[in-house]
Amino acid sequence: MIHALATLQAPITPAHRLLHVDPDGGELADRSLDALPALLRPGDLLVVNDAATLPASLAATAPDGSAMEIRLAGEEGDGLWRCVLLGSGDWRTPTESRPPPPLLEPGAVVRFAADFSARVERVAGVSPRLVWLRFSPSGERFWRALYRHGRPVQYAYESLPLSLDRVQTPYAARPWSSEMPSAGRGLTLPLLRRLRSRGVELASLTHAAGLSSTGDGELDAALPLPERFEIPEATVAALEAARHSGGRVVAVGTTVVRALEGSAAAHGGQVRPGADTTPLILGPGHRRVVVDGLLSGIHARDSSHYGLLRAFLPPPLDTHYLLQVASGGYRGHEFGDSTLILSAQTRR
Amino acid sequence: MDWRGRTVLLTGASRGLGEALAVELGRAGARLALVAREEQALTRVVRAVREAGGEAHPVPGDVSSADAAARIAGVATALLGSIEVVIHNASSLGPVPLRPLAETSDAAFEEALATNLVGPFRLSRALVGPMALRGGGLVVQVSSDAATTPYPGWGAYGASKAALEHLGRIWDAELAASGVRFVNVDPGEMDTRMHRDAMPEADPASLARPEQVAQRLVQTLSAELRAGKVPAEAPR
Repeated sequence: MIHALATLQAPITPAHRLLHVDPDGGELADRSLDALPALLRPGDLLVVNDAATLPASLAATAPDGSAMEIRLAGEEGDGLWRCVLLGSGDWRTPTESRPPPPLLEPGAVVRFAADFSARVERVAGVSPRLVWLRFSPSGERFWRALYRHGRPVQYAYESLPLSLDRVQTPYAARPWSSEMPSAGRGLTLPLLRRLRSRGVELASLTHAAGLSSTGDGELDAALPLPERFEIPEATVAALEAARHSGGRVVAVGTTVVRALEGSAAAHGGQVRPGADTTPLILGPGHRRVVVDGLLSGIHARDSSHYGLLRAFLPPPLDTHYLLQVASGGYRGHEFGDSTLILSAQTRR
Repeated sequence: MDWRGRTVLLTGASRGLGEALAVELGRAGARLALVAREEQALTRVVRAVREAGGEAHPVPGDVSSADAAARIAGVATALLGSIEVVIHNASSLGPVPLRPLAETSDAAFEEALATNLVGPFRLSRALVGPMALRGGGLVVQVSSDAATTPYPGWGAYGASKAALEHLGRIWDAELAASGVRFVNVDPGEMDTRMHRDAMPEADPASLARPEQVAQRLVQTLSAELRAGKVPAEAPR
């Protein structure tokens, strides 16, 4: 029961512990996030996801009058969102234990408030809970309505509902993420300054992290869905500079790995600046071409993130990692401890 | 040209100096998120900015309320991208009519602090992170000479502005190395509704027009933009 041990009621405290894995040496070391500057070298490049977390959860009324929840899973155009339907109930119930939502046909209208609604445009083949909704109003009035009526996606392991400011990273900018890109949660402004003083380069991209769980086994198995991202010119330049100087590229969060490797996979191994969408799902044996190391949360065996972690952890390190997470009492989930997978060598 | 394409979040934008600043900045090419409590008045200012050729988005909200900062920052950033300049202009006099501290109620004192001090603190906290990551940003706090001169009757307002100015100095000390600058500005006395509330007997003709003050202030801030390295948001 490694999963249960790693994810016992995590208290809401800053993540301080850092499990450092050196894939070349095969060593695991118990450090603190405070030690991150010492674990990196001048010239290394840390790439963060600066997406802010949306108030992605909306309490809705179905056409038949029943209560349901709608979660934004990704924006596909002005007022058009890919959404996941959940049954009635709130965050105290794990999503997999919630009653099924009423199924909606194309054309059905769900209401959030007298002046805020959405129409079903399309229902996905993989699951009737995955739908495309056209929101009304759109444009700037959509954003005002969303921030008036929406709340951040909640977690059943928390003892109190999370407010919107609690689910933001310290450098959150454009609200693109359905859930917090939590790997960067511990990168406070003083820590970022210490990293810069050490000579570590910082760069950012924006990646729309999707939902972590939908309450539907078949849909969960299809996660993560294709996600959009945007990579600034300056970040591509920083990647080039690191490549030339022999610095290691460390992704903060699996979303950053997905954006960088997804961009490279689509462009013959080169990361391109600009906006794009990636269907890339990383797993064991994936050959990375951009990212050397990963700073992430603590991921249990059954999470989709663990699959991505294994792209960095060749056997038997993956097993050693799970054992260490369990025996060391590391805290999982969005507000837990951190993993750094980084060897002394660059990937190249 | 300093303001062309700059993303600016301005509070207290529905009237007085805020309204004049919105029009002036919009004319100068800034892209604006305008915050105020009164939606109708805000809509009027947004229209005025757009008629002057500027880009403005209304973000109705009360900076003094506890959950406003995350919502205001979220809507503004969704519409404009990263915010490069924040202008904390919303202000509360406290008790109206003004009265001595001994006659000031808890509620009136706390309202001045919530609007003039705690609100700007929360909103800055929600917006300086990406500025620091990008290596620059400018946060402007509109203050008053009441922050330094103990005018009788201006207790709640003066104390809140004194604290706001010191808050700005500490923010600046903490973030200057990250490229994020905080500046306090004193616009002086103007013919605004707030001034009429505070000093109904004053002769409006003896007071500066908010439009003139806004022009001067925008020039001052242009110099700050040039002096500090405030990187421009990449075009979207």
